[in-house]
Amino acid sequence: MKQFGLRLFICCLALCAVPAMAEFPEKAITYQIPFGPGGQSDLEARRQQPLLEKALGQKVVIQYKPGGGGSIGWAALIKQKPDGHFISGINIPHIVLQPLARGNAGYQTADLVPIAIFQATPIGLAVLKESPFQTLEDLIDYAKQNPGAITCGGSGTWSGHHIAHLQFSKMAAIEMTYVPAKGAAKAVASFLGGHVKAMWGNSNDLVQHTDKIRVLAFGTETPFPNMPEVPTFKSKQFDLLASIDRGAGAPPETPMAVIKILEKAFLDIANDPTIKDQMKNDGFVPVSMGHAAAKTYIEEKIEVWKPVVAEFK
Amino acid sequence: MFEAAFVGLAQVFLPLHLLLLFAGVFMGIVFGALPGLTATMGLALLVPFTFTMSPAAGLIMLAGIYVGAMYGDAIPAILINTPGTPAAIATTFDGFPLAQKGMAQHALVTAAFASSFGSLVANFVLAAAAPPLAEISLKFGPPEYFWLGIFGLTIISTLSSGSVVKGFLAGTVGMILSAVGMAELGGDIRLTFGYTELQGGVELIVALIGFFCLPEILSSVIGQRRAAYTDAPVKPKLAIIGETIVALLRKPGLMLRSATVGTVIGFAPGAGGNIASMVSYNEACRWDKHPEQFGKGTIKGVAASEAANSAMAPGSLIPLLTLGIPGSPPAAVILGALMLHGMRPGPELFSAYADITFAFIMALMVGAFLVTLIGSFGSVVFCRIVNIPSRYLAPAIIFMTVLGAFAIRNNMLDVWIMFIFGLIGFFSKKLNFHPAPIVLGLILGPFVEEGLVQSMLSGGATGNMFLYMVMRPISGVLIAMSLLSLLWPLVAAWRARKGGQARPASEGAADA
Repeated sequence: MKQFGLRLFICCLALCAVPAMAEFPEKAITYQIPFGPGGQSDLEARRQQPLLEKALGQKVVIQYKPGGGGSIGWAALIKQKPDGHFISGINIPHIVLQPLARGNAGYQTADLVPIAIFQATPIGLAVLKESPFQTLEDLIDYAKQNPGAITCGGSGTWSGHHIAHLQFSKMAAIEMTYVPAKGAAKAVASFLGGHVKAMWGNSNDLVQHTDKIRVLAFGTETPFPNMPEVPTFKSKQFDLLASIDRGAGAPPETPMAVIKILEKAFLDIANDPTIKDQMKNDGFVPVSMGHAAAKTYIEEKIEVWKPVVAEFK
Repeated sequence: MFEAAFVGLAQVFLPLHLLLLFAGVFMGIVFGALPGLTATMGLALLVPFTFTMSPAAGLIMLAGIYVGAMYGDAIPAILINTPGTPAAIATTFDGFPLAQKGMAQHALVTAAFASSFGSLVANFVLAAAAPPLAEISLKFGPPEYFWLGIFGLTIISTLSSGSVVKGFLAGTVGMILSAVGMAELGGDIRLTFGYTELQGGVELIVALIGFFCLPEILSSVIGQRRAAYTDAPVKPKLAIIGETIVALLRKPGLMLRSATVGTVIGFAPGAGGNIASMVSYNEACRWDKHPEQFGKGTIKGVAASEAANSAMAPGSLIPLLTLGIPGSPPAAVILGALMLHGMRPGPELFSAYADITFAFIMALMVGAFLVTLIGSFGSVVFCRIVNIPSRYLAPAIIFMTVLGAFAIRNNMLDVWIMFIFGLIGFFSKKLNFHPAPIVLGLILGPFVEEGLVQSMLSGGATGNMFLYMVMRPISGVLIAMSLLSLLWPLVAAWRARKGGQARPASEGAADA
């Protein structure tokens, strides 16, 4: 009898244990956007939201936690329960540069577990149509003769634009003045108004203004598909790869099984031909990088940017 | 173009579209009225839904939300001294004193009508002259923003009733508070004392609730207003709607000036409604025959603020629709919605997609009429809120403020900041510090900093700082206006001495 009782107890335990290990997700998933509503990260998440709900069979709730250029949201992410029910948008270079530049950003890059990277926004260097600089060489020549005289707009300091500016200036051995703006929209306004001589811009912004601007080069490996006539920095012998990459991440120590489920959901959406077409139309480059690839990519970027930040900080 | 406008108007009056517009306006008023929920959030929430609608239907509903929210923020500003969004700060200056006098309904109707009027004027400008105005808007560079910010700061001399020194002191405190957190331009971390949560800085809405709302609640509970939230109960009457609108129509100068200020500041990308309503309020006060009535409860003050902040909304759409540059956060969401429908801002929006674009613009106009309608008749109901005894109302408001402060960034720290600011606001009021200059410093601090830093970098690159900062047409005008504004108290004093006989009588009337 005692034996039977023990067996019953073990059976019960086993039964209880099954639901605990059972299907992820068991409740609604919170998808945090570490920026305000209406930004590009938000719009991308809103595009994915219904498809994620369909793939995961649970509600996906988008929650904004803006501040500190994303750091407040990422610092909050790493304190969440690592069960996959709380995930966040992640942006590269932000998650790499903030801990490097600030010392303490409230999180470490390695704390964030990447799920997938689904979108890239190549960064290009542009001038207005009426600018005397026809090619990248023109700009470099002028900068060599007039150190500091070329003003380059861009969004923020220790951002993708700023780091590209620093890397390029060093590679070309020139001196230009970087003028940061609060956000890409303001940088574009200032550029179109002729308040800076050149601008580091995101591909989606540059595509929108093709009638008024000339892009001198893109920081891509191969020519940017929407503007194939624009050379890459690589083709001009500058080893500069610059882009803003968007993905999703989870808190540290999230079980790999859970990451795999989320990764599949995100990658299926990223590989959907209609989604890809929409992204291309908007001036983005669709990407489908899984957990492992994203992790390696982020680690490589740390190695590239660490010395740059150390030198200019 | 007229043809397109009529086609657009016809689109708006399709039954389904009209229904969506009405729903949008109503939703917008709710989002505007609840502190912590913003027009931007309302728009962003709706974007996925509009994706499944036709582009015209989706944009018409977004237009409704935008227009509704521009009015909605005035309701709490008037009733409980809490601006629903930062754009309604100046509405509290006279709106809440009116409510204190039992004239909450007057204030609410004024806000609705002025809001619609400002919106209509700005929409007309948007429909008629967007492309050339957009070109002018690009002329606003770093020096212009810097001087606009300085001009804004001179308003402190109007706002600080009593001591100008105390006003500027409070303004400085506000500017220091605005520096907390990550510097958006320089990327460095300031005044966080090693506490990483503070890297996000002080959120404006949180400061507003803290400095404006909590002190009022505290004094209503501690002071003699325990029985009622306001000094006099409000007795709503339908007749008040007509009276108030007629009174406003008798002030065409005030209405037009406020709407113009809003439109102009709106189309300078990035300036926003908070500055528009402040500048407009200041100008209304300056040019009025009875400036002493302002701040004590006059519908002129409410009208000036609301007409301007509602005119700002279509104004900020000018650079958006023509150049693809969003002039405000809500405009950024609308840009996203346009892009989702494959419509790229620029000239083709006014040619290839003219019918949809004009349906959107016309929806903003018709939405403005709906605001007057809903706002006027709604005022009969809304204004009764202040008649609820404080012992019920105060806890309810505190509950709402905690919710609002948390919701804006999903951050508990913001709730504590709000309470701390509330206590500071309560005691500083006893010392005769008005909270408005603190908040003005908080708003304009980053604005001035941005203009100054960018000017110094760009000006340094040209080699002649003075030429770059001063010798520009718009800068020149703004510098002149700032000087005039600073010296105005002297002019006013001189005018008062000249017309000394008329003054005491009107002062007595205002105090009554």
